[in-house]
Amino acid sequence: MILEAKNINKYFKKPVPFHVLKDINFTVDDGEFISIMGKSGCGKSTLLYILSTMDTDYDGQLYLKNELVTGKSRDSLSYIRNKHIGFVFQFHYLLSEFSVLENVMLPAKKLGEKSLKEIEKAAFEKLEILNIEKLAHKKASQISGGEKQRVAIARALINNPSIIMGDEPTGNLDSHNAENVFKIFKNLSEEQGLSLLIVTHDIDFANKTDRIIEMLDGRIIS
Amino acid sequence: MNWRVIIGIAKTHLFTKIKQTAIAALGVTFGIGSYIALVSFMTGLNGMLDDLILNKTPHVHIYNEIEPSKEQPIDIHEAYANTFNIVKSIKPKQTQRKIHNALPIIHNLSKNNDVIAAIPQLKTQIFYISGPIELGGNLSGIDIMKEVEFFNFKDYIVKGTPQDLLNSDVGILLGSGVASKMSLGIGDRVQIRTAVGTNFPLKVIGVFQSGIADLDNVQSFVNLRTAQKILGVPRNHITDINVKLHDIDKAFPLAKKIEGQFNLKAIDIKTANAQFETGTNIRNLITYAVSITLLIVAGFGIYNILNMLIYEKMNDIAILKATGFSGKDVQYIFLSQAMIIGFVGGILGLLIGYIISSIIDKIAFETEALPTITTYPVNFNVWFYLIGISFAMVSTFLAGYLPSRKARKIDPVRIIRGQ
Ligand SMILES: Nc1ncnc2c1ncn2[C@@H]1O[C@H](COP(=O)(O)OP(=O)(O)OP(=O)(O)O)[C@@H](O)[C@H]1O
Ligand SMILES: [Mg+2]
Repeated sequence: MILEAKNINKYFKKPVPFHVLKDINFTVDDGEFISIMGKSGCGKSTLLYILSTMDTDYDGQLYLKNELVTGKSRDSLSYIRNKHIGFVFQFHYLLSEFSVLENVMLPAKKLGEKSLKEIEKAAFEKLEILNIEKLAHKKASQISGGEKQRVAIARALINNPSIIMGDEPTGNLDSHNAENVFKIFKNLSEEQGLSLLIVTHDIDFANKTDRIIEMLDGRIIS
Repeated sequence: MNWRVIIGIAKTHLFTKIKQTAIAALGVTFGIGSYIALVSFMTGLNGMLDDLILNKTPHVHIYNEIEPSKEQPIDIHEAYANTFNIVKSIKPKQTQRKIHNALPIIHNLSKNNDVIAAIPQLKTQIFYISGPIELGGNLSGIDIMKEVEFFNFKDYIVKGTPQDLLNSDVGILLGSGVASKMSLGIGDRVQIRTAVGTNFPLKVIGVFQSGIADLDNVQSFVNLRTAQKILGVPRNHITDINVKLHDIDKAFPLAKKIEGQFNLKAIDIKTANAQFETGTNIRNLITYAVSITLLIVAGFGIYNILNMLIYEKMNDIAILKATGFSGKDVQYIFLSQAMIIGFVGGILGLLIGYIISSIIDKIAFETEALPTITTYPVNFNVWFYLIGISFAMVSTFLAGYLPSRKARKIDPVRIIRGQ
C-alpha cells in the first residue's frame, strides 16, 4: 500500500463556511493506476492538494507507505514531496527562465542524493522516455503546451517517486497528445510499478485505468 | 541545505532581470562609493588638521611661569591666622625663567614608559638689528635633530635644512616674516641684541614658516648651545621642556603630576587646544550621517526591487515548493539574491570610492599654512573598505529579509489554484 486516506474532512471557512471534503476513505496500492472523476467543483483538486501534502489544513489521517504524514513539520513534508511524490499540474507549471533540462534536474538537485553528472544522465533518460530529449537545452518558455506537459511529467519522475499525482494533466492537450501522455503513464505503471492517481474529466482516459474513483459533492461515491 | 542549487536559482533570477538587478546594485554602489570617498577625504582632512596641532605642539609643555606667589607672608604668620588679610598690588618675585634642575627632570621623564621624548628649549626675547632698524622678536635655542624627529619640525623649514643649523655655531633659522621684513636670505648676516644689551652676529642658514603669521613675524631658532652662549649662561640653563607621549590621553594626568612634583607649570595639549577635538568629532558625525543616509536609500531600493521580484516569481515559488523545496530554501533563494546584489554593488562601490579618493588625492591644494601639503589629503585606510563592504552586506541583508520571509510563507496551493 502506497497511500491511505482515513476520514479526511476539509472545511473552507471563507467566504462562507463550506464542508468541501466529507469522510474521504480510500487506498492506493503499489503499481495501481487510478483515475478520479467527478463534476466540476466536487473537490477533486482540493483532495489532491491534501494527498500531495501541500495542504495541511484538514481533519483525518493520511498515510504514505504506511507512515503517518499528517501533522509532520513543513520541512519534513517538503522532503516527502521531493522524494516520494511526483506532481503534475493541470497547467504546465515550469520555471520559464530555466532550460528544459534544468527544470527536470531541479528536484533531484534539491534531493542531493546523486552527483550532478548522474542527475543529468537521469534527466536525459526521463526526457527520452517522453520523447523530448531534443528539447533539453531549450528555454522552458520556448516550447509548446504539449511539450511543456511532458517536461512536467519528466520532472515528476526524476527522483523515482513512489506515486505520481496529476490534476487534469491532459486537460488542455489535444486528443493525440492526451493519448500519448496516457501511454506514458500506462507504461510507467506496468513496467516500473509506479502508482498513479490522476484527476481527469476524460471518460475515455479514465476507462483505460485500473480503477475509477468517482466523487460527488465532496464524497467518494464509488 | 543545498547551497549550490539555491545560489544557482538565485543567479538565474538575477540574470534574467539584469536591468532591475543592475539598478539595485548601483544603489548600493552609489551608497558605498560615496561613503568611501567621503570618509577617506574627511578623515584625511581631520588627520591633516590634527597633525597641524599634534605634530608641532608638545603633548605636555613644562615651563616656569613668572607669577606672584599664591601665599603671602602674612597668610602664614600665626598672629594673623584668624584675621581677614588683604594685600594689594602683589608683584612677582625677581626670579629667573630657567627651570631648576632641568636636566634631571628631563632624565627622569625619559625613563617614564609613556614618554616618547622630552626635549629642552631655551626661550628668550631679543631684537633683530638691521642697520638702523630694530625688530623685537623671540629666539629659541633648540635641539634641532630631536625637534625634527619628534615634532615634524622639518615640514616648516622652507629654505635650508636642519643639518645646516646643526653644523653651524652661529647659524640662525629665521621666521619667514622676519626674513622678508629685513630682506634677508640664506648666507646673509644678521645682528641680534639680547635684553641685557649684548650684540651677537649670526648667519642666516634657513627660513621657516609655520603658517601662523604672528609667529613667523617674530620667531627664530638657533641651536640650544648657541642660545646659551648668546645669553652667557651654562649648559644646564633651560626654560622649557616639551614632552611627546605615546598616548595623548595621558597628557593631562602627567601634566598634573609634574606640577605637583616639581613646582613648575605644565600644560597638556587638550587644555591648550580644547577646540580641536570638537571639530574632529563633528566632522566624523557628518561623514557617518551622510553615509548612513545614502545606504538607507540604497536599502529601500533593494527592498522594493526584491518585493517586485517576488510578486513576479509567485509561480516559480509555488513550483519550487510543490516539487519539494522547503520554505527556508525559498527564503534563502531570495535572501541570496539580496546578498549577491549587496556584494557586487558593494565591491563596485569600494572600487568607485577608491577611484574617487585617488582623484581627490591628485587635486592640487596649496595653502600658506601647510607648506608640505600640495594636494588634498586623503586617508586610504583598509578599515574603511572593510566597514564599507560589511555595511553593504548588512544593509542588503536587512532589505532582503522581509521580502524573503514573505516568499517563505507563500502557500503554494493558493498560487496553483489562482491559475
Ligand atoms: N480557497 C477556497 N476557498 C473557498 N472555497 C474554495 C476554495 N477553493 C475551492 N473552493 C471551493 O471548493 C470546491 C471544490 O473545489 P475544487 O477546486 O477542489 O474542485 P474540482 O473538483 O477540482 O473542480 P474542477 O473539476 O473544476 O477543477 C469548489 O466549490 C470551490 O468553489
Ligand atoms: Mg480542479
